[in-house]
Amino acid sequence: MSGRLEPKPLPRRDYLGLLGLGSAGIAIFGSLLGMARLPKPRVLPEASSVVRIGPPLEFPPGTTRTLPELKIRVISTEKGVAALSLICTHLGCIVGEGEKGFVCPCHGSRFDPEGRVIGGPAPRNLPWLAVSQAADGTLCVDTAAETPAGHFYPVV
Amino acid sequence: MAEMNHTLFWERLKGVPGNFWASVFRHGKPDSDRTRSQAVFANFFLHVHSTRVHPHSLRATYSWGLGVSLVAQFLILTATGILLMVYYNPSIDLAYNTIKDIHYVVPTGRFIRNIHRWAAHLMVLTVILHMARVFYTASYKPPREFNWVLGMVLFILTLALSFSGYLLPWDQLAYWAVTIATNIAASPDELVHALGLPSAFGVGWLIKELMIGARTVGQEALTRFYLLHVMVLPLAMAACMGAHIWRIHKDGGLSRPGGFHTPAGKGVETANNQPVNPEHAPTKTYGLMGIVRGRSPYTGALPEETVPAWPYLLRAELLVFMINMLVLVALAYYFDAPLKEQANPAVPENPAKAPWYFLGLQEMVSYSAFVGGMLVPTLALVGLILIPFIDRETEESGVWFSGKKGKQIALYSLLFGGITAVAAVAFPVQFGWLRNWFPSIPQIVIILINPGSLLTAAYAAWSLAVMQQTRSTRMGAIALFTCFLIGFAILTYVGTELRGPNWEFYWSASQWPVH
Repeated sequence: MSGRLEPKPLPRRDYLGLLGLGSAGIAIFGSLLGMARLPKPRVLPEASSVVRIGPPLEFPPGTTRTLPELKIRVISTEKGVAALSLICTHLGCIVGEGEKGFVCPCHGSRFDPEGRVIGGPAPRNLPWLAVSQAADGTLCVDTAAETPAGHFYPVV
Repeated sequence: MAEMNHTLFWERLKGVPGNFWASVFRHGKPDSDRTRSQAVFANFFLHVHSTRVHPHSLRATYSWGLGVSLVAQFLILTATGILLMVYYNPSIDLAYNTIKDIHYVVPTGRFIRNIHRWAAHLMVLTVILHMARVFYTASYKPPREFNWVLGMVLFILTLALSFSGYLLPWDQLAYWAVTIATNIAASPDELVHALGLPSAFGVGWLIKELMIGARTVGQEALTRFYLLHVMVLPLAMAACMGAHIWRIHKDGGLSRPGGFHTPAGKGVETANNQPVNPEHAPTKTYGLMGIVRGRSPYTGALPEETVPAWPYLLRAELLVFMINMLVLVALAYYFDAPLKEQANPAVPENPAKAPWYFLGLQEMVSYSAFVGGMLVPTLALVGLILIPFIDRETEESGVWFSGKKGKQIALYSLLFGGITAVAAVAFPVQFGWLRNWFPSIPQIVIILINPGSLLTAAYAAWSLAVMQQTRSTRMGAIALFTCFLIGFAILTYVGTELRGPNWEFYWSASQWPVH
């Protein structure tokens, strides 16, 4: 009963028991961590985010064209060509034409024709996407790369 | 000699049915108390029951058979789900067509799918009602606190099963529901962005990537949700259900007022059964074949006040099961399960609506993705889970609303919660919200101050006020739970009936603009 002030040394048997229990715990925890790694893909199964949208002739200055398959709106002016993403920044629905620009069918976010939020829950403006030209002159849009709003790619 | 062996053989053969039966059921006919008990505890499938139940547990107007209904619905869903898996193919090219085959070609396919769908809807409704029953009768009180937590886990699993189920047909509802839901999971990043923190703080994209295995919803998402729906979630559900039911048994059956002093059901003698002081009672209750925890054993009174589970409880359970079957067969006969057009990643439906039980959430999400889709639901769930650990008052469980005062509080809370919920929806419809008045307002203000967060704050304040006024956490809990229940009902109604294209307000679908 003097154990309170001078703790008894841990018997070897108990020590080995604790060691065994601890190593089992570490092994199980480690295995769980290892298993949790599997569902996170190393490579995302997706096509390249850079897509060809056509020769510049198809987008004459002063026109806009919506490409529903790519979920973008291509705006062409004298300054050049820009692409506006039509994926709502709220929860990823595709915005449609509204009276004053775009409106989202899922939760009612509203954007003006330049993609600025003017109403609803959307946290950010619609992103402007990077436009480039392939070697043969075809216009390309990178759906994963954002450029500053108002930036037009000068077509050559 | 040969002659004798011959007759012996025939004798034995004749005895096979009887002997086989006796080898399976090793007790006699359940006609005495002893054999009836054996019928329950000697049977692997029945032994989650107590061998004897209190007549109060059998009262239809106490439990409303809701827990047993949920088991029945789970069994029906498992059986019909396995049948649907015979033809269903979880690939984005074939899923929709196999569902169409099931609907139009497979013998009884339409009927089985209808039952599966309506049983899922019924299960969500029943789990909410079951939770309300348990809450309002204070049945979460010790020793049942942890069983309430298990119930919450089952509630979440039920919603997760429904959700993972309705995206398998790969129709428009499926595609856009997963897109929206996984973006809700990623919505904490919205807060990170609004606060101007580096994007490394955002973990939302990781959750989303784990859920759908890609950046956008596609084959990987369907594979993962199929795995969850047919394997992971049902197994988790079965395990939690087993533990949930087992604990009911261990806690002495359903809660009831006044321990064992309750007036029992009709025809049960109670007058002379004063319980034995537990201090002097033995720790074993021999009649129950085990040690019962808690304030038992009241060995002097127990056996007389209870009735054998066989046949009374099992008969009641069978009745509830049959009622569920009847309701589902009727629903499946008259109403077909919905199937929208095939998933089209380029064009969402307008309006794109979730099933009814998520429409309240969709309404909240239409104010802010993070607050409406993550923060408020998480707070509500955490609040619900904490109820038994905060309300430690020693009132009796088993009394509806804990008496007259609770009934009054519930009524006032119903009014308060209803009026504020209507106001929270009506105000922005009528007057707009912050962004309409101050177009350049920072996003963080929109995230934090919106009708959904204000409604939640109002409910919390109301419940604190009630707690202060009555000096009772139980009353505070009744206030909060009632508010959330009516808020959920009203937002669900608004989302279902009053929202049209572009999530705009319409009094009825007949006023929707025609394209």
